[in-house]
Amino acid sequence: MNKILDRFFHLSTLSIALLTLLVTGAIFGVLFQEAKPAIDAFGFDFLTNSKWAPNLEKFGAFPAIMGSIMSTDLAMFLAVPLAIGVAIFLSEIAPDKMKTPVGVSIELLAAIPSVIYGMWGLFYFVPIIRDMFGGLGIGLLTAGIVLAVMVLPFMAAVTRDAMNTTPDILKESAYALGGTKWDVIKDVVIPYAKAGIIGAAILALGRAIGETMAVTFVMGNVHKIPSLITDPATSIPVALANEFAEADEDLYFSSLFYLAMVLFIISFSIISFAKLAFLKRGRK
Amino acid sequence: MTHTEKRIFINKMVMGLSTLSAIIGIAFLLWILTILIMNGIDAINWNIFIFEGAPPGYEESGLKHALIGQAMLIGVSTIIGVPLGILAGVYLSEYGGRKSKLANLVRDISDIMMSAPSIVIGVFVYAMVIDPDSILYTNFVSAFLIEYFEIQTLAGNFSGWAGIIALTIIMIPIILRTTDDMLQLVPTTLREAAFALGAPKYKVILQVVIRGAKTGILTGVLLGVARVSGETAPLLFTSFNDNFLNTDLSEPIASLTVTMFNYATSPYEDWQKLGWAAAFILSMFILTLNILGRVVLIKRKKK
Repeated sequence: MNKILDRFFHLSTLSIALLTLLVTGAIFGVLFQEAKPAIDAFGFDFLTNSKWAPNLEKFGAFPAIMGSIMSTDLAMFLAVPLAIGVAIFLSEIAPDKMKTPVGVSIELLAAIPSVIYGMWGLFYFVPIIRDMFGGLGIGLLTAGIVLAVMVLPFMAAVTRDAMNTTPDILKESAYALGGTKWDVIKDVVIPYAKAGIIGAAILALGRAIGETMAVTFVMGNVHKIPSLITDPATSIPVALANEFAEADEDLYFSSLFYLAMVLFIISFSIISFAKLAFLKRGRK
Repeated sequence: MTHTEKRIFINKMVMGLSTLSAIIGIAFLLWILTILIMNGIDAINWNIFIFEGAPPGYEESGLKHALIGQAMLIGVSTIIGVPLGILAGVYLSEYGGRKSKLANLVRDISDIMMSAPSIVIGVFVYAMVIDPDSILYTNFVSAFLIEYFEIQTLAGNFSGWAGIIALTIIMIPIILRTTDDMLQLVPTTLREAAFALGAPKYKVILQVVIRGAKTGILTGVLLGVARVSGETAPLLFTSFNDNFLNTDLSEPIASLTVTMFNYATSPYEDWQKLGWAAAFILSMFILTLNILGRVVLIKRKKK
């Protein structure tokens, strides 16, 4: 009896573990299957064609792909230095009494849902950009900044954790040789935590590129390569969020699945690169 | 300037820059928190809990529909996702172990899926569950079963169940990974002691190992639920939204997040206000879960 139950328990846990692999495989499979009509119709030109005209049944993903790349690049450009600064502050500079409260509040901010960052962007940040640069205030620049603010807590927390793994004895030896704080940071802490810092930045990039709600509010969903940084643009998740529920033609629908597939492949590759190459398990 | 002076100068400059970036970062985050609290407190009143959604301009409009819908979506996905996640974690730690290739593949894939774009999960569930041409309904076996037993499927319209499936898919990897990590912290001697008493493996796992890791698993569950509660994108084309109270999970159902999105992007001021109230309630819920998760962990460490 116990043997049967043992077998049964083993097999059921195994099948649930396998289910996670099955779902991941199914996502790739289903997206491909649904995107098939669009893949047949446009092929790889879909990725480089910049005309997105549902009424003419012409679909090109270039503006959405470029919008994704440009907004996340902008976000990384702003967030990476800030996050490293915050992490250095939290792990090396802040007095011990400040480390925990500030560190914990940054971790808690990483838990705030992205839709709230989007609302903040729409109601408080868009007017500022509008006053500063004119135009609508909705566009690439706003999206990049909102994304940067959104990934900042996450990236700062992971970077700080990586820096905190530096053994004190290494830092103390460097101080004993007469190093200043900056010498110790640049020659001991950063080299020691390098993999973790790079991994954190790439992982944040992977998250930012798939982020939907924070940017949907402030990007504008215009399928055009913006000529100015303050112009409205679109990105893959923004186009999906805005158009998926209202797509009526089969080819339109299929093109959106094609977009979703491209997004999934891009972010899956970026995240797996970050996790496997830099943030290896068992580091603790 | 001597060499030493230069080094000290550079040191001061970098310390200043880094403190400055910390101040900028923290200022932005404080800004968001402040507007969230100010707008939230401003918008919250009893009406929110008493009334359902109403057309803009009505005095008697509230978030009852979204609060109940959100509770149902999160509640049911927790009921489904937590046991599945824990059992899969049990497999990784107790049957797979550190060296099993299969277990490590599941770990890697779950790690990746934790950060994968959630909107794609929504698109996937739409294609799987709501699209009537989905392979789930058109394959030979299910087509026969559906025809023969006249089963009502979820095909054809948005439904709460579709939203729950999407949320469960997002929740499982989080719970699976924490369970796996926490079970591995349980000392092997405990397992050996139980085996020595003649207990079969499943009993050892259920009554000794899982009990030993109870608090750690609880933290994982709390964090998983918190993460899923803030998801909006996967619900947009699965559970969709409803401006009125609905408790039938086979129909579209309101959630706080999608309601927040719709209200905030509307041009009506009273709707926007309700959106802030929803944002405030949801953030407080999520922050509470996160803080609880931490407290549980700290308590365990003190023991």
